[in-house]
Amino acid sequence: MNLTLKIWRQKDAKSKGKMVSYQVNDISEHMSFLEMMDVLNEQLINEGQEPIAFDHDCREGICGMCSMYINGEAHGPDRGVTTCQLHMRSFKDGDTITIEPFRAKAFPVIKDLVVDRSAFERIQQAGGFISVNTSGNTQDANAIPISKHAADEAMDSATCIGCGACVASCKNASAMLFVGAKVSQYALLPQGQIEATDRVKNMVAQMDLEGFGNCTNTGACEVECPKGISLENIARMNRELMKANL
Amino acid sequence: MSGLFKSSIGRKVAMALSAIFLMIFLLQHFAINILSVFSADRFNDVSHFMGTNFFVQFLLQPVLIFGVVFHFVMGFMLEIRNRNARTISYAKNNGSANTTWMSRNMIWSGLAILAFIVLHFIDFWIPEINTKYIQGDVSGLLPDGNFRYFEELQHKFENPIRVGAYVVAFVFLALHLLHGFASTFQSMGAGSMRRAKLQAFGKAYAIIIPLGFIFIALFHYFNH
Repeated sequence: MNLTLKIWRQKDAKSKGKMVSYQVNDISEHMSFLEMMDVLNEQLINEGQEPIAFDHDCREGICGMCSMYINGEAHGPDRGVTTCQLHMRSFKDGDTITIEPFRAKAFPVIKDLVVDRSAFERIQQAGGFISVNTSGNTQDANAIPISKHAADEAMDSATCIGCGACVASCKNASAMLFVGAKVSQYALLPQGQIEATDRVKNMVAQMDLEGFGNCTNTGACEVECPKGISLENIARMNRELMKANL
Repeated sequence: MSGLFKSSIGRKVAMALSAIFLMIFLLQHFAINILSVFSADRFNDVSHFMGTNFFVQFLLQPVLIFGVVFHFVMGFMLEIRNRNARTISYAKNNGSANTTWMSRNMIWSGLAILAFIVLHFIDFWIPEINTKYIQGDVSGLLPDGNFRYFEELQHKFENPIRVGAYVVAFVFLALHLLHGFASTFQSMGAGSMRRAKLQAFGKAYAIIIPLGFIFIALFHYFNH
């Protein structure tokens, strides 16, 4: 298939960017979206132009690195997939595809389609962990009884790969689905109880400090999340914060 | 506790609490207004009670005004913070792929409701305050000795422009509530099971109550 691509080009974090159009031909419908981008980059390199910078790593939908806003949706039009899992069969010959970086003040553009998502790391560092004494007398985690329901729910929350699609999709650039998932995965387990109060307070405070917007429950994040993280996680975070403050 | 309301989630909870208060008020307002369809006397009695009762006038009324102002101020603050969170907009954004129109446009439906409330204040509240507390007439009576409330209500709905504005405002209220009702309980941390039930109830509330207000306006317009 032959496609027209409108792509955000930005030299570096300080430069002003703009949308630039490219033509790519003979794209196989079996290619992944990133492979199509590789073809374009090869073409640009052969023409002596600067290739388009974009994030990617595992290309298996696990690492959460790929981060494109494709035709007005994070990770493109398909549901439950990251950009690397999106295939060109989701598009038609002759289509014009708009490709932009994830947009949020807290996710500044570094170059072209690459954004700095270290705000998520700082939120995690503020409380997204449990402190375990590794002196040698550590209790075996399997010795702590956990109900199947709680274990499943915690696992569902833990599947968040931190890609930032929730922020990118939200009209308010809110990070509450991400933070909700990270708070929930510990709030649901006995190991997470001891630090529960500090965790939710510190993570929410860091989230606010990073300049993310506020959730207005539009639900865009849940729809666009490649891992199907539900709004229930935001409700649970709200409950945890109220509990921590009352 | 004060720490809660300094956070983004705390402000969300505060917004939700004021919304619950306003939704209860709306129900009460509707319950009184609908009386005017069935019985002029009963409507007059209840209106006189509400308009002259010390507890309603000097305790509930200020709380209501505070609730309305608080909800709007918090809404504007939320909107400003949210707009600042994305300084460069997308060249192409397919919002309808993952959200409802109502959820994306709460600020606009809210502003339409605010405009209506301002009109309602000029139209109803200020003349009421003038009659009762400036002119000092708390009798609620017309010169002919009958209660004035029902007659004033009918008189208001003689004007088709006012009725039209009323209908438009309540359509916006329905749109606001269609997202706002369920959103309120999500903000309060309601779990998914409870939220599903609340969502169904919320949809019914968001349609029936505004439709009821529209019915009252049209009823009096066609029956005066």
